[in-house]
Amino acid sequence: MSPVPVSPLFGKLTLDAIPYHEPIIMTAVGGMVLAGVTVLGLITYFGRWRWLWDEWLTSVDHKRIGVMYIILALVMLLRGFADALMMRTQQALASTGGAGYLPPQHFDQIFTAHGVIMIFFMAMPFVVGLMNIVMPLQIGARDVAFPYLNSVSFWLTVAGAALVNISLGVGEFAHTGWLAYPPLSEPTYSAGVGVDYYLWSLQIAGIGTLLSGVNLITTILTMRAPGMTMMRMPVFTWTTLCANMLIVAAFPILTVTFAMLSLDRYVGTHFFTNAACGNPMMYVNLIWAWGHPEVYILILPCFGIYSEVIATFSSKRLFGYTSMVYATVAITVLSFVVWLHHFFTMGSGADVNAFFGIMTMIISIPTGVKIFNWLFTMYRGRVRIEVPVLWTLGFIITFVIGGMTGVLMAVPPADFVLHNSLFLIAHFHNAIIGGVVFGCMAGFNYWFPKAFGFRLDPRLGKISFWFWLVGFYVAFMPLYALGLMGMTRRLDHLNNPVWHVYLVVAMFGAVLILFGIFAQIAQIVVSVVNREKLRDLTGDPWNGRTLEWAVSSPPPFYNFARIPHVRGVDAFWDMKQSGEASALHAGYSRIHMPRNTGTGVILGGLSIVLGFALVWHIWWLAGLGFAAMLALAISHTFDENRDYYVSSREVARIEAQYFQQLSPEN
Amino acid sequence: MNIQIPPLTSRLLYESAEGDVFVHDAAHGADSKTPLGFWIYLMSDCILFASLFAGFAVLRNNVAGGPDAHDLFDLPYVAVETGLLLVSSLTYGLAMIGMEAGNRRQVFGWMAVTFLLGLGFVGMEIHEFGDLIARGAGPDRSAFLSAFFTLVATHGLHVTAGLIWMGVMFVHVWRRGLSEANRTRLMCLSLFWHFLDIIWIGVFSIVYLMGVA
Repeated sequence: MSPVPVSPLFGKLTLDAIPYHEPIIMTAVGGMVLAGVTVLGLITYFGRWRWLWDEWLTSVDHKRIGVMYIILALVMLLRGFADALMMRTQQALASTGGAGYLPPQHFDQIFTAHGVIMIFFMAMPFVVGLMNIVMPLQIGARDVAFPYLNSVSFWLTVAGAALVNISLGVGEFAHTGWLAYPPLSEPTYSAGVGVDYYLWSLQIAGIGTLLSGVNLITTILTMRAPGMTMMRMPVFTWTTLCANMLIVAAFPILTVTFAMLSLDRYVGTHFFTNAACGNPMMYVNLIWAWGHPEVYILILPCFGIYSEVIATFSSKRLFGYTSMVYATVAITVLSFVVWLHHFFTMGSGADVNAFFGIMTMIISIPTGVKIFNWLFTMYRGRVRIEVPVLWTLGFIITFVIGGMTGVLMAVPPADFVLHNSLFLIAHFHNAIIGGVVFGCMAGFNYWFPKAFGFRLDPRLGKISFWFWLVGFYVAFMPLYALGLMGMTRRLDHLNNPVWHVYLVVAMFGAVLILFGIFAQIAQIVVSVVNREKLRDLTGDPWNGRTLEWAVSSPPPFYNFARIPHVRGVDAFWDMKQSGEASALHAGYSRIHMPRNTGTGVILGGLSIVLGFALVWHIWWLAGLGFAAMLALAISHTFDENRDYYVSSREVARIEAQYFQQLSPEN
Repeated sequence: MNIQIPPLTSRLLYESAEGDVFVHDAAHGADSKTPLGFWIYLMSDCILFASLFAGFAVLRNNVAGGPDAHDLFDLPYVAVETGLLLVSSLTYGLAMIGMEAGNRRQVFGWMAVTFLLGLGFVGMEIHEFGDLIARGAGPDRSAFLSAFFTLVATHGLHVTAGLIWMGVMFVHVWRRGLSEANRTRLMCLSLFWHFLDIIWIGVFSIVYLMGVA
């Protein structure tokens, strides 16, 4: 792109920013606009705007915010997966000398967007959504510590996702790869707005994530039910605590790194430039000092999900609870001392590489402990092979393979051969799909009845699982082979008939995963249609062990009419065993709850305006957007009507309904 | 958190009604949650500054043939700046003593002094920056100066945010007095203000003193 003149009114933005000469992009934009208009039209047609605003957009209920996080994640999964399919087809078509159908600068944007979307706007919202829905219920709390802040966090994440999607239709996205290494991401080599979209979308979403981390840690530390000591917390709550501690410790590094790159681009500083003694490798160090903990931010909660699922469906107490907790904490600490293994080839010398290589191998030990704990939990248990268990079993096998290829690459000399090859791509997809995606799907199937009051259709769930599992292996095993043969990542076209075969197989695997996603969509639709048949009246469809199953499905907005008293791990299981759980209790008292507020969603909207204005150098709008956000945030502190009491009569009425549901069952 | 757990006299699943209300009311107003949450936020802010310090440490000698710390920093000037900020921490502490005593006038008085000292600090910093840029030593001159300006200005922006917060607190306390909510806010602002003081001691020692030494 040639330098664009900056107008005072519109900044760098002109009509040329819309890529109307690119049929593929315009089709995608058209599809997105059409889908958006359809959804808005349907809401208007059914007259649900008021309901949507009152019940959802302004909600500070952790369960609803969690559901909205997961909706965001599923929508972004479709977008990110479309990118993946395009890459697989391009490489299959363009590996025998042809040009394929994607021009290089478009292909580059696609692999960047794929990585950014899948990590920041699919995996992150999915695990944060599950944490939001489940964790407060597991600890016997009525909400998170700061409900309004929770809403702000969510809407900032949405704002970041919105900016990424806007970049498709207005301007471009970064062509730099998902971590935007300089000097490529410096203005000298990336003069367009792509990197700016990247920076501001992630900066805004990152602040949301950080605030959410503060919120959830405080919740766990201060709001556990009486009797729930730290060593009685469910493992998912433990992993949530550790993941959020990682968020609070790692995201500021990302904020600083992006701020430095932004200053290089906007102010002309020289943090990472080649000129004026800048140091591009400092960027790589800083971003991975965030990036490696980020991997564990995603996987730790999934380890928690597997632990809950395995214990519940084996009808056994989790094997080695204490070792599970210590393994989680060990991973949390160690995740900060392995970052350099992402760039052994930087040339830091044998000593430094050896240190980080050894640390990387050490971090696999606590992970191995966990694998054995899950296996021993199943051993001599009566494992019910429900959908969440299938995902868990698929995870154990797949993740072990991914872990072993990871340990292989932890050996620096081996890494010198495999660095930036498709072997690496296969490895981290092996770990992230096998670990995080499978975990999210297990959690989704496991807790769906809790959130909505009916189960997901198991048959389509199983079909989806098998397509995903087989599709994953067909798509990524060839990439291991290609990596060993020397194929590097991010090639938009090549000419090698031997590799071509593998790439076609990999594309076929991606198509299998596509069927898995179709089956998932069908699963949701069919389950909604058949919801009466799949209805869960008891609140405890799986014979669960932890407190989230002690309340109705979906839980009342205040979660617990009375705060339970905890006497051990598996609190709800103990209550069922001693016959306490079904006892009917009189004498409810009024409950203090936070009021909904529109501040969060409006702040999110304003941050889109702010980000967009900064991307396009529309300074007056940026100033206005920031001032409006500040004014709104301050004026919110003057709102003293933030909470209310639910009367004990109302509580009794809602609880009576639940007990009426329970009675014919018993 | 000081939760009183009534003894378990029956085999009921749930706590007694009093315990229930107590637990939840503790969640609002004069609670331990907001200061704890704010502490956790401050720790993340601390890592933010740690990253900036690390960046500065890496780039401090990368002057690109331009001026270095010896040529640029005026220690007596920065010492006065430092003095303003350190004294403002003391005066904010006096405002907090006033808060504990329930003396609104004392809170207003000492907070006003704190505000002026903080304003003086920010003003001196802006003046220093303007002077450096006028001498051709702006943030775009070298990697060293990029890191210097970013670290110091991030601290300055934090102080500015603290000043805005203090301004808002004048209105809050004026409207509602020293209510529980306002006490919690004043307490968090106190944490924030002292935290910035500690960060500045790091800046003064590492950037200025070690730069010129």
